[in-house]
Amino acid sequence: MLLEQLSNAFGPSGDEGEVRRILARALRDKVDDLRTDALGNLVAFKQGTGPEPRLKVMVDAHTDEIGLMVTRIEKNGLLGFRAVGGIDDRLLLAKRVVVGSERLPGVILAPPIHLSKPEQRQNVIKIDQLAIDIGASSADEAKKLVSIGDYVAFDTQFESLSTDGLRTVKGKAFDDRAGCAVAALLAEETYPLDLYLSFSAQEEVGLRGARVAAYRIEPDVAIALEGTVCDDLPKKKDVSPTTRLGHGPAISVMDRTFIADRRLVKLLVDTAEANGIPYQYRQPGVGGTDAGAIHLARAGVPAVAVAVPCRYIHAPVSMLSLDDFDRLVALMKAALQALPEYWKKQAR
Amino acid sequence: MKDLMKRLTEAYGPSGDEEQIRDLIRAEVESLADELRVDTLGNLIAAKKGQGGGKRVMLAAHMDEIGLIISYVDEKGFLRAQPIGGLDLTTLAGGRIVFSDGAVGVIAPENREDFRKEPELSKLYIDVGATSYDEAKGRLGQPAGFLRPFVDLGKRVVAKAFDDRIGCVVLIETLRRLQDTPHEVYFVFSVQEEVGLRGARTGAYGVDPEIGIAVDITASGDTPEARKMAMKLGAGPCIKVRDSGMLAHPGVKDLLIETAEAREIPYQLEVLAAGSTDAAAIQLSRSGVPAGCVSVACRYYHTPSEMVDVDDVENTVRLLVALLEEPIEL
Repeated sequence: MLLEQLSNAFGPSGDEGEVRRILARALRDKVDDLRTDALGNLVAFKQGTGPEPRLKVMVDAHTDEIGLMVTRIEKNGLLGFRAVGGIDDRLLLAKRVVVGSERLPGVILAPPIHLSKPEQRQNVIKIDQLAIDIGASSADEAKKLVSIGDYVAFDTQFESLSTDGLRTVKGKAFDDRAGCAVAALLAEETYPLDLYLSFSAQEEVGLRGARVAAYRIEPDVAIALEGTVCDDLPKKKDVSPTTRLGHGPAISVMDRTFIADRRLVKLLVDTAEANGIPYQYRQPGVGGTDAGAIHLARAGVPAVAVAVPCRYIHAPVSMLSLDDFDRLVALMKAALQALPEYWKKQAR
Repeated sequence: MKDLMKRLTEAYGPSGDEEQIRDLIRAEVESLADELRVDTLGNLIAAKKGQGGGKRVMLAAHMDEIGLIISYVDEKGFLRAQPIGGLDLTTLAGGRIVFSDGAVGVIAPENREDFRKEPELSKLYIDVGATSYDEAKGRLGQPAGFLRPFVDLGKRVVAKAFDDRIGCVVLIETLRRLQDTPHEVYFVFSVQEEVGLRGARTGAYGVDPEIGIAVDITASGDTPEARKMAMKLGAGPCIKVRDSGMLAHPGVKDLLIETAEAREIPYQLEVLAAGSTDAAAIQLSRSGVPAGCVSVACRYYHTPSEMVDVDDVENTVRLLVALLEEPIEL
């Protein structure tokens, strides 16, 4: 399964090559053009059917994942590191990681419970007090294997958890390999529009890849696909879950980085309803996506974002429902088929 | 102008949902502009083509206002919200919001004392009078503006959303009065300023101006125990020197000062500690644009009762008309 391959791939922001290669292999025979730009965005072009001028539509998913970077090599061979993207320090202790282009296995250290006082265990150990242990006994030994600047990813293998019910799977980096897998599957069909699938780099460090990709593509309309926050475990108060697992694709109306084009929100909602696809709104106001960068490209691009809900994102392991995943593929295929006719009626 | 102020400030238009306010402004400028268009993000752009030989000038005032967006509907039909733009939470409790269809909701704190101690949006809910989840569920994802009528106090006027409907009034009035100009002037009524100067950024890319001037409100330091700052109501348009997002282009700033002095229009200089305007986005468009800002001093901004001085508004219009009538050399 493409999602499995993508989830297992190594790709912290700025080092997305492995993800790009998997996608390029999957797309090669299905698209008309495939190229990688200066920042490492992989852009696949699929020409549309029907008369010109055709609508130019950018579908974006980011290839990068949150990760770590080696910033110092200690005398004892331990590796100091910094976060690449938004990581909660509390999630780091004792995690398995892989380091650098050789994919060396390592473990983030953790003080044994025997040696820590109860009050010490009340406090979070900050990232700058942690280190990665690759089993090296000295700086010299470590330096033969690792360089400062090497990327580190969590070592998590994709696994299927339930084959009926919500068809849940677990793996790392569903934010946004879920979006990448959905986008790649869209290339199976042809649409009455010119489709640019942008597999964008460096989202987690500030929507950087999408910004330049949108500048180059100059789309008429853009849709960002995401693996988004799902926070649906029971709460004491009846307050907002961001999204709920198994309740269908989550449509963004507003987040920190953009306000969705209301016409495109309506297109997704109408398409979902017409096709009997369950959907939900993503809780407005929080988080951000590549749509934030894309909608401000050049003289502006109408944009929307829609996502597969994923529990535990920005953690070493996340979980999603393949039902939600399949529904996003179906929703996007139907929406892209309907988009040109719909858009004609949306002049203002 | 007071009638226009009333109509524009009472209109609905939180960031991202500017259709109603845009239609209202469009009706005002349609017959005055040589060209009119709405760009991809929803900016309304009215162009006045001069006799030629002048510069391409962009004036910007934002149509959008701060508001709320409904983020959750609970099982009893109460709503929760997230902010659109920078809200002063202490002014919300007991206030009312209005949706694009005219429906109204009341903002209430879960517990007054607790909210007073720690004003957080998560401690407020909105009551739209619904008696069940089903009645209210359609509100999820909908934006809302604040509800408060315009009041004429004589020399001073009070309304919600003078930030920046007063800039819109100034632009409309400037377009109405501007007879002869050598310049190609683009009056940009921008969207999404309150969430990060987004409309002005794409609008400026599209217009590609040689000079950009934003018209917005600014804070005033003339109220009891106010933070020390020079701007006050009734002392004329504020010519921006800097704010936290922009250092005004010295040429544009000086041009505004010289114009005001030549035409004997009162003015004041503005150094604003926190906040910014569309000019900050225009300045960084493409390879850079000389940009400045003319502000109307405003008390109680980002509350439902913003107050401006009518003479300041009139003098801001006079300053911009005067500037646009003459050739511009920076």
